[in-house]
Amino acid sequence: MSEADGLVRLRQPIGVTYNWSAGPNATSHLAGLIAGKFIGKRCPSCALVYFPPRNGVCPKCAKILAGDVEVGPKGTITTFCIVNVPFLGQKIKLPYVAAQILLDGADISMQHLIQECEAEDVRIGMRVEPVWKDKSEWGPSLENIQHFRPTGEPDRVMGTESGAS
Amino acid sequence: MALRDIAIVGTAQRPSEVNSTFTSVEILLPVIQQLLDKVGIERSDIGFWCHGSCDYMSGQPFSFVSAVDAIGAWPPIVESHVEADGALALYEAWVKIQTGEVDVALVFSNGKTTSGPIDQILSLQTDPYMVAPLKPGFDALAALQARACLDAGVVTERQMAEVASRSRRDANNNAIAFTKGNESVEELLAMPYTMNPLRAHDCATPVDGCNAVVLAAGDIARRLATRPAWIRGIDHRIDTQRLGARSMTESSSAAIAAQKAGVGKDRIDVAELHAPYTHQELLLRKAMGLSESTHINPSGGALVANPAMAAGLARFAEAAESIFAGSADRVLAHCTSGPMLQQNLVCVMEGE
Repeated sequence: MSEADGLVRLRQPIGVTYNWSAGPNATSHLAGLIAGKFIGKRCPSCALVYFPPRNGVCPKCAKILAGDVEVGPKGTITTFCIVNVPFLGQKIKLPYVAAQILLDGADISMQHLIQECEAEDVRIGMRVEPVWKDKSEWGPSLENIQHFRPTGEPDRVMGTESGAS
Repeated sequence: MALRDIAIVGTAQRPSEVNSTFTSVEILLPVIQQLLDKVGIERSDIGFWCHGSCDYMSGQPFSFVSAVDAIGAWPPIVESHVEADGALALYEAWVKIQTGEVDVALVFSNGKTTSGPIDQILSLQTDPYMVAPLKPGFDALAALQARACLDAGVVTERQMAEVASRSRRDANNNAIAFTKGNESVEELLAMPYTMNPLRAHDCATPVDGCNAVVLAAGDIARRLATRPAWIRGIDHRIDTQRLGARSMTESSSAAIAAQKAGVGKDRIDVAELHAPYTHQELLLRKAMGLSESTHINPSGGALVANPAMAAGLARFAEAAESIFAGSADRVLAHCTSGPMLQQNLVCVMEGE
């Protein structure tokens, strides 16, 4: 308790510790990342492949996801954003690109960084591949990947694959 | 305005467990599917979905949004969420059907109560300026209330042990219940205090659980269930959040809610009371004017399985099931929320 300006102030930080469970579906996904693999899950009803497997269910069909499906590692940019605005806690040099990447074989995209090219060269349909951090830094996280970079392959025209979103 | 006739036509509950390794969504989905199968309807038949849960329990803001995955949101659905027990979600769904916009609603709730220190988490519900910084703990607040009741002669320790003994015995017949036992009142009274004057059996068992019920109006309800549990009265009242400004030895909000819900108009066969502490059941019975002929908590009640944010809706499910089974004609379902019975929702249901 401190007194200033005639006011009594009380600081009482509150903290709570939780035991968080990823659940069986996300667990195989996270274990895959530890092993350097992209493991998604397939909906037994509509056959869409989810990477990451969200909460372990297909929200379209309300069904528990079933078999593991390895996807990627290459993917295609479905949309992107060039970040020019500095903000608190920023770690990456401006301007940089945050993109939605549809890994090969997956039906939902994931967000990651695009580096090793000029921001202005990034485009929808651009083919990219992951650049992994040193293995010693790997954990159960997509942060195992430093960023994605262009492969140089011809662009993919989006919306021509079945199930692509 | 004439009220529509609305009934619970089906229920489903997941057996209680502790330290579940499933996500909330993985826990909910099979229960909702089971309920739809039981009632014999499709997801597309549901006009309104309403969910009760608490983000503080999962430690993730907007964690309730992910629960939509468990019900499927394509094609688009109409849904809502209350940061409260599923019984309050049922109240919202009842109002929604009363507006005439929809005829069938599915209400669901979940609580992974054992993934965090629930005693501390729930105390964050208290007044954030004067009470929460003291981190009082729900058990401690209940113990203060029990002490006040004992000192005032409103309850006795023997009566509290009787509530625990009866609940633990009844739990033996309930697959959903977690804590079961056959101890006599004397055996329970011989147990040590865990938080004087409360003993371990005076406090509800925190469990992970979830449940769901379907509400339907008029002839649709009659078509979906052989014997629907018709909601004849429902009312929600709240005592002041200022703990020092209300009586700890009675529950005026429960008394008003019970009166407004029409509890006293006729005999109550079964009352499912959401009383997480033994002395609170005694306070509720008194506040609602329940007689000795009413069977209290044949399920064992929240005392033997208390999935926070789902235990109130569980009372509705249990009470409705006794109507479905024909073992009761007029039942009461109750849900409490907040410290020391701060909020009380009372509902009277009847069979036809």
